[in-house]
Amino acid sequence: MAALESPQPAATTTAMRHAFGNVLSVLILVLIGVLAFSIRLFSVIKYESVIHEFDPYFNYRVTQFLSKNGIYEFWNWFDDRTWYPLGRVIGGTVYPGLTLTAGTIWWVLNSLNIPLSVETVCVFTAPVFSAFASWATYLLTKEVKGSGAGLAAAVLLAMVPSYISRSVAGSYDNEAVAIFALIFTFYLYIKTLNTGSLFYATLNALAYFYMVCSWGGYTFIINLIPMHVLLCIVTGRYSPRLYIAYAPLVVLGTLLAALVPVVGFNAVLTSEHFASFLVFIIIHVVALVYYIKGILTPKMFKVAVTLVVSIGMVVCFIVVAILVALVASSPTGGWSGRSLSLLDPTYASKYIPIIASVSEHQPPTWPSYFMDINVLAFLVPAGIIACFSPLSDSSSFVVLYIVMSVYFSGVMVRLMLVLAPAACIMSGIALSQAFDVFTGSIKYQLGGSSNSTDNAEDTNNAPKDDASAGKTDKGEEIVKERSSKKGKKKEREPADKPSVKSKAKKKALVLPLETSIVALLLLIMLGAFYVIHCVWAAAEAYSAPSIVLTSQSRDGLHVFDDFRESYAWLSHNTDVDDKVASWWDYGYQTTAMANRTVIVDNNTWNNTHIATVGTAMSSPEKAAWEIFNSLDVKYVLVVFGGLIGYPSDDINKFLWMVRIGGGVFPHIKEADYLRDGQYRIDSEATPTMLNCLMYKLSYYRFVETDGKGYDRVRRTEIGKKHFKLTHFEEVFTSHHWMVRIYKLKPARNRIRGRAKKLKSKTTSSGWSSKSEKKNPWV
Amino acid sequence: MVKSTTKDARDLFHTLRSAYVATPTNLKIIDLYVCFAVFTALIQVAYMALVGSFPFNSFLSGVLSCIGTAVLAVCLRIQVNKENKEFKNLAPERAFADFVLCNLVLHLVIINFLG
Repeated sequence: MAALESPQPAATTTAMRHAFGNVLSVLILVLIGVLAFSIRLFSVIKYESVIHEFDPYFNYRVTQFLSKNGIYEFWNWFDDRTWYPLGRVIGGTVYPGLTLTAGTIWWVLNSLNIPLSVETVCVFTAPVFSAFASWATYLLTKEVKGSGAGLAAAVLLAMVPSYISRSVAGSYDNEAVAIFALIFTFYLYIKTLNTGSLFYATLNALAYFYMVCSWGGYTFIINLIPMHVLLCIVTGRYSPRLYIAYAPLVVLGTLLAALVPVVGFNAVLTSEHFASFLVFIIIHVVALVYYIKGILTPKMFKVAVTLVVSIGMVVCFIVVAILVALVASSPTGGWSGRSLSLLDPTYASKYIPIIASVSEHQPPTWPSYFMDINVLAFLVPAGIIACFSPLSDSSSFVVLYIVMSVYFSGVMVRLMLVLAPAACIMSGIALSQAFDVFTGSIKYQLGGSSNSTDNAEDTNNAPKDDASAGKTDKGEEIVKERSSKKGKKKEREPADKPSVKSKAKKKALVLPLETSIVALLLLIMLGAFYVIHCVWAAAEAYSAPSIVLTSQSRDGLHVFDDFRESYAWLSHNTDVDDKVASWWDYGYQTTAMANRTVIVDNNTWNNTHIATVGTAMSSPEKAAWEIFNSLDVKYVLVVFGGLIGYPSDDINKFLWMVRIGGGVFPHIKEADYLRDGQYRIDSEATPTMLNCLMYKLSYYRFVETDGKGYDRVRRTEIGKKHFKLTHFEEVFTSHHWMVRIYKLKPARNRIRGRAKKLKSKTTSSGWSSKSEKKNPWV
Repeated sequence: MVKSTTKDARDLFHTLRSAYVATPTNLKIIDLYVCFAVFTALIQVAYMALVGSFPFNSFLSGVLSCIGTAVLAVCLRIQVNKENKEFKNLAPERAFADFVLCNLVLHLVIINFLG
């Protein structure tokens, strides 16, 4: 009787535990989402709800246009307010994913009568999508190793500083949605690989389409997945599920990528995509080989192989030779400049100074790894080992993902962002395995009897002991819930398997009780350190909006709002059609906030145009006036940090102006500006440097501030202190002298009599070889 | 040497043919559809070689639609084939429904891209 009754209560208790486990994991996921959202709100609390930096302003302006004019106008928009006089085709050169996402959210909310402004939606898009990204990480890691690892990876991703740095509230940039799209695409690929369902393959292609819409980094996906397929084939893990996971993705994915105007025909013509086509052909060959092997006897198969190999080799060589000739005929071998600089890190510094000048494109230093992924840096190797036991298709994929992303993050600091999800997945797996082993040992040591229900009660007690020993930090609570949940999950499995077998298995992994408890406590402390570091990084290091600066001093908090002050001055005191010239960093902000036409902006697609502006900044006043006048420029904007010690001002960026200008106009020679190999602005500076426009516009009347002209950034007194401007006049200097705006003086109406004499005389001075032109300034 | 290779080739051809005849009819229909799709793609490539590739998006969408349906049909064949142990829990109706859905998405994209 008792034997008949006990299975039923056991079955309902297992069902209860399953249900409880599911509810608990849903609750944990909701909490993880809230955590991911709230840790990114420091900048809104410390400063205000404002868009940060430079690139987000462009995205914000595009989203404003989209919300005001609708999608057809957006798709066909030709922007004449930037890159004067060339203009820019916005519809064809922008990745539309981010703006369309934010625009859709704004439109949906407004049609539900929730009147959020476009700016609010833009500021908060990134935190919302980071919550989605942590849920996607949970799904991905669950496919690889199970839901315990999934929860661990999700909570790690919610807080990892590298991802926070690009997705704080206000950082309205492509990566905000692209990382979510990346993880979601990988999840669907692994899901298709595990289930072999064509439905998930379709969803995978659609998620890849969203990724292509969002970020140029989609080439990482379309190269990583073929690499993984090749790895599976080479290690003998070919299966029909692999074919279903890969082949529809290539066809649908290429078509969908070609639909996005930015990519267009590059989806089939550039070398970044050739890997996918090559592996597409390879997988078909392999599939055919397996099929024929299945229907032939082994002897006939050997005959077939010798025949095919002899004929096939010849054909293969011919085809490969043609391909190589085609690809080698283009000067870069078909790769774009940015991709080449990833493969060969020294390429950009030799050939493309603009790519080399962006600070995000420099290789990272060792401390930045510990700053950005902290504790995960040494959990990742443990995770890699855990992935090998047992090795499945999905775990080989995450191993390949982390290896590739470590390489690329070593090339460019910006790509540490791609490393972050991989590191979180690996560390989640490692932590989950560690917790499994320790809690299993504790349970085994405390349980000891042959009845699995006794084990269950003991495991209910044991994790709670650990839970009460921990601190009451929020991260701790999640860790506690995780360990108790894993305890319940662990003893769900013995209920399914026969208990003798499970005890035999567990006996091999059992550690002494004290060791396990101490190890568990140490792991929880490790998690605590990670949480403390992440919160500190989010609050102090990555929440600065760059457009508003603050500094603490003895007399309180100083706020430097010079940028917005000057853009507001520009928009109120100049005509709508006036052109403003500045270095390309400030182009996006000028068009978005001051609403004036600019000459060059952060898109940096035209090197010659930027070199023209750089040459103008490096030339003496007269030559600079000529250049700017030919571009119809009315105002010149210069950022100067010498009064307050702001280090990212134009004088510090001057070396790039000289290099980029000198790359196109050979009369600008870098050696003219260097004294002993250094750019100097003090009394030892070269005369070319002291006469160039950038020096004059930065330091005009600077000596009036403290009588000596001491530059706080360069830490010297300036070389030329008292000078007048002949071709420019100062119209605005912001409160802390950070932004200075100058107006071009108009050409003189009356040309003095000397011009007629100059025409008959031969030119005597070397500089004024302009006697053939009427120079109104002489 | 050449004679033995031709004899081997003929033997191989006969073995392949006899093995293929044994496959069920529904799979043979799918194979016929795949061959037709690939053949259409080859005709399009030949036409492009003759006439030139403008407009390129039409050419791409035409060729990729043929290759796409061929690939999806091969996936359907994999899932419906009774000899595949991995898919024995999958009902053939579900496989066909997935096939239809994927084709719908593919052709929606094609029609958009055709220009």
